[in-house]
Amino acid sequence: MLIKLRRRNRLVLVLLLLGGGLVVALFLANAFGAVNVPLPDILKMALNRLAGFDFPSTWRAVDETIIFQIRLPRVISGALVGAALATAGVLFQGLLRNPMADPYIIGTSAGAALGATVAMMLPVNLVFLGFGLVPMAAFGGALVTVILVYNLARVGGKTPIISMLLAGFVVSSLLAAVMMFLMSISGRLNLNIHSVYSFLMGNISVTSWGQLAVIAPLVIGGIIGARFFAFHLNAFSLGEEGAAYLGIEVEKDKIRILALGSLLTAAAVSISGLVGFVGLVVPHAVRLSLGPDHRLLLPASALAGGGFLIIADLVARIILAPVEIPVGVITAIIGAPFFLYLLRRTRREYAF
Amino acid sequence: MVSLQVRQVYFSYLNGLVLHNINLFIKAGEMVGLIGPNGSGKTTLIKLASGVLKPKRGEIRLDGSSLSQLSRKSIARSVAVVPQQFHIPFAFTVNEVVTLGRIPFLKAFAGESKADSQLVANALELVGITELRERRFDELSGGERQKVILAMALAQQPKLLLLDEPIVHLDIAHQIEILELIRRLNVERGLTVIGAMHDLNLAALYFDRLVLLKEGRVSADGTPAQVLTETRIKEVFSASVRVEPHQVTGVPHIIIMPKENIDKSGSS
Repeated sequence: MLIKLRRRNRLVLVLLLLGGGLVVALFLANAFGAVNVPLPDILKMALNRLAGFDFPSTWRAVDETIIFQIRLPRVISGALVGAALATAGVLFQGLLRNPMADPYIIGTSAGAALGATVAMMLPVNLVFLGFGLVPMAAFGGALVTVILVYNLARVGGKTPIISMLLAGFVVSSLLAAVMMFLMSISGRLNLNIHSVYSFLMGNISVTSWGQLAVIAPLVIGGIIGARFFAFHLNAFSLGEEGAAYLGIEVEKDKIRILALGSLLTAAAVSISGLVGFVGLVVPHAVRLSLGPDHRLLLPASALAGGGFLIIADLVARIILAPVEIPVGVITAIIGAPFFLYLLRRTRREYAF
Repeated sequence: MVSLQVRQVYFSYLNGLVLHNINLFIKAGEMVGLIGPNGSGKTTLIKLASGVLKPKRGEIRLDGSSLSQLSRKSIARSVAVVPQQFHIPFAFTVNEVVTLGRIPFLKAFAGESKADSQLVANALELVGITELRERRFDELSGGERQKVILAMALAQQPKLLLLDEPIVHLDIAHQIEILELIRRLNVERGLTVIGAMHDLNLAALYFDRLVLLKEGRVSADGTPAQVLTETRIKEVFSASVRVEPHQVTGVPHIIIMPKENIDKSGSS
């Protein structure tokens, strides 16, 4: 049915459906947790606050505090992390022409992990814009690593994709080794191994609206910026030379797309650690169901990624409540079978 | 319709000189074939003409303006390239691939206009693949794919069409079909065509002018009859051939002469 619609109508319809899904996920995730708050109450609270309604409060004041001060910031961070990782996944897969690429492929994850580990060791309590040292070090570590990888792969004014993948692999391995070394001598370093594991498995750790005020503009700006490169990424499907024949400034646009994808990834990992699978599986799933045109793929993946991570985080919070499971475990457990189902069902598979 | 002027162009990759003092003037509406042995610089010359490679010395002018002064986008608005093949890792439909040809003309956030869709439809029609438009590109045969790529290039509305051995992987029926189509575009619409060609007989049949490259230099430039002589082919390709006039068209026809006697008459 979707195929038959005109392109623009189809785009609007798909985005409306996914956007609606995201909103539903948002409400659901707010309703459940250590304390369950009925959905109608949440709807009323939201209308009171956002739309100036005046429903009498049939709920406890503490419930409202839980919803607006604890749960909502966390749920919104989940949405932002999911959207950022899915968008970065589309950018990297499209640019590298590699369906196995994910946001972490050129070293962001290893850089962020090492940065975070080192920050955990330091007896410094620095706070900037509401962020402690660990998220800042993760953010910085991710970006510094990508810059390093890019420059290592650069030869004679060009940065071949294959050199970048190889340099990314080597640098990642090196940084991971350093991190494991630090972990192995954690006893002498005042390093809490459990915190490191928690970062590596992915755990959404936003606690305040102040942090969101920094991350949200970064992620939303990045997602809108990514959409600007939809044509470029379509052209890159033909390879770098083919893209050049279509008027793309290959080296310039490559660095812009890389920068954007890395920034989105760094923003995500700084508040969530290394949540796996979202950046790999969401772009795949969307591409398999809607086709590879990046004009639709980019916004649809952002919405789907956001919704997916909200649900995954909800499951992580409630399945063994009050114990929280790392959300990265849930993304893999939900993501993998869903992806397999899509692979088997669809006829728009890949041409490897 | 544009002309292309190659003036004293030198080019080298990291490991050595590839083109040496190339001078060519290709008039608007000409159909020129580049021939020569492997490694003689045909592909490099096509890439230089497309602007994706820059000459180390000398310059290339497209209708009087130097390629190095033009942005990639403005070059792509008048020059299209058909390479040997494209590999597309994602499952685009034929229509989507041909629509890629409109990219040089699109604004960042806008979609294709009706006019763009019409141009895509025209390109599909012209190449005769309208019925393939909803098929997936990667499911097509090599010959069909190459037609799609040609349609994509035509959707670019090029004034100069560059071909880099576009038919080497195709069967003889597709080779002829594609060359006849390009020939028709050249004759009917005045499209300037420069094509690197492997098959000397096909080059002689479909191109009016041939430029023979040998080790990065122009070794001969003229009509097929002037360029494809027995002695020159022997010298440049080190191949033993006999050249006779084509029985119908009269252009040179190259007959391969095996070095060893191969007797397949079955009389032995």
